[in-house]
Amino acid sequence: MRGFMRLFSVSYALAVYGFIFLPVVVLVVFSLQSTAFPIPPFTGPSSRWYEAVLNDPRLIAALLNSLAVATVSSITAVALGFLSAWGFARFALPGSAFLRALITLPLTVSYLIIGMGLLVIFNMAGLPKNLFAAGIGHVVINLPLCFAIIYSQMGDHQINIERAARDLGATEWKVLLLVTLPMMWPAIFASLFLSMTFSWDEFVISFLLTRFDTTLPVEIWNLLRSGLNPKTNAVGSLVFAVSVVFAIILELILLRRRPA
Amino acid sequence: MTEALVEMKNISHSFGRAGVLHDVSLTINPGSYTVLLGPSGSGKTTLLSILGGFLVPRKGSVLIRGQNCTAMPPARRPTATVFQDYALFPHMSVGNNVGFGLRMKGVIKKERDRLAHEALLIVGLSEAFRKKPHQLSGGQRQRVALARALVIKPAVLLLDEPLGALDLKLRRQMQDELKTIQKQVGTAFVHVTHDQEEAMALADHCVVMNQGRIEDEGPPERVYARPATRFTAAFMGESTLIPGEVASVTGNAILVNTAFGSFPLIAAADQGAQVTLAIRPEHLRLIRDSRSVTFGSAQVTAVIFQGSFKRVLAESASRVGFMFIARIPAEHDVAVGDTVTPCCHIEDLIMLAK
Repeated sequence: MRGFMRLFSVSYALAVYGFIFLPVVVLVVFSLQSTAFPIPPFTGPSSRWYEAVLNDPRLIAALLNSLAVATVSSITAVALGFLSAWGFARFALPGSAFLRALITLPLTVSYLIIGMGLLVIFNMAGLPKNLFAAGIGHVVINLPLCFAIIYSQMGDHQINIERAARDLGATEWKVLLLVTLPMMWPAIFASLFLSMTFSWDEFVISFLLTRFDTTLPVEIWNLLRSGLNPKTNAVGSLVFAVSVVFAIILELILLRRRPA
Repeated sequence: MTEALVEMKNISHSFGRAGVLHDVSLTINPGSYTVLLGPSGSGKTTLLSILGGFLVPRKGSVLIRGQNCTAMPPARRPTATVFQDYALFPHMSVGNNVGFGLRMKGVIKKERDRLAHEALLIVGLSEAFRKKPHQLSGGQRQRVALARALVIKPAVLLLDEPLGALDLKLRRQMQDELKTIQKQVGTAFVHVTHDQEEAMALADHCVVMNQGRIEDEGPPERVYARPATRFTAAFMGESTLIPGEVASVTGNAILVNTAFGSFPLIAAADQGAQVTLAIRPEHLRLIRDSRSVTFGSAQVTAVIFQGSFKRVLAESASRVGFMFIARIPAEHDVAVGDTVTPCCHIEDLIMLAK
């Protein structure tokens, strides 16, 4: 009986991890295919399709666009999230609980709705569809997340530390820059890399809000429309690799915090 | 008489509807060690926060060196606070913590490192300059917080229950050091505590607070030996309390009638006033001598050995339930069940009006 339970739990675990990782493994394996179709049998390994990706100016431009949008929108989202978290944590605001709920609400709204809403507003405002518009969209989806993470880490024990700084002659800006910001570094880094990961992978909003210059997920979508091709596997693997790097940095920050 | 360093005039404050300070006035002299003593909720910490600028009082004014500071923010006041939880900057080295106030004043790095070193030397922690706060013990963090406040040379240094988080032995040791450092630097200290032993050990000027008012203030010896109110007498240490009534007033002498007889005292009171006579346990004797006044006889109900002395509780023979509390030398032989004659010298009777 115990052996059966053990067998069952092992196979259950294998099934779960299989479902999660098998598609990624297949994607990566067939990106190394040497023939023109990403279907069995495996004919590689070959770096042929990676070379094709790196020699495709449109894909490289999209990759750089994605990086730029992820970086700028995440820094903006973190800065705004930090300032609003600080405001809510340190000052008694009228209707504070309601406003906090309101600021985190976009977390529950689907990206499609947010993207369509922004599209309508930008249309009315006469703002053209471009990377800047997509960046604003990414700030909208990541700001609530940054706010929630940073706000949760702003404890009462830091209030006295900020008071001490003021007592020693620091102006409000210096308290923020020299004391609060450095104390909140782990939460700020964690939310920055999480935002970058989400922005990097985000498709719907970028698809709706960009036209000529676009981000990598949208460019991959364009590629897919012309049929399956190991090149899409290769570029997908690259996207995945960058996400893994973000996730590892995030984990390192969170793990490093724990002993302290 | 030197000119007052700090004058707090008619301070009243409330949180919401609950009044926490009622018309409190306090004067602090240069170079003095003032201790605000009281139970929690007595308003002592609120008074300190008002002096430090973290709260603006509803009524009243705060003058420091003659300048009105009532609504001046902490950053611009000549005060520095040592917080109960130390509030060190966790991401900065000890040296940078201590130098922070100087950095805010625009002192160059080399100079502020030198001054920070000096301040750490005063508190006996110069070797910790490069360490981070989390590498230090509680007592060491306390010293860093003290050095950080001292280095900006405030007119008044405020300490909010600074020894509250330390264990008893370390607390007594830090008390001695605080007093020594205060005398060495000559800055006026204002220290908040609920520990009357700490207050007596440190204070030049002891301020006893209760329910948002100052009950009594003065040199700790006077506050202990001649408390102005019943609350002060009880808070500064235990005593035997005998209720009575003023029978007659003749000049500055009064006669107080009690259940244990009438006692002549030198005190000011109105005829017919209800008063309490207090006797400190070290003044209450169990064997009479020629100068003693006695309070009938009593039976010993408990003898508690406390090292250098014995604490004796004795129940009055004439009034059931009335307890005499005495502190006698450890070598005296007293046992539970003994019949004794509680007595004291007439000058050790303290009259409490309220």
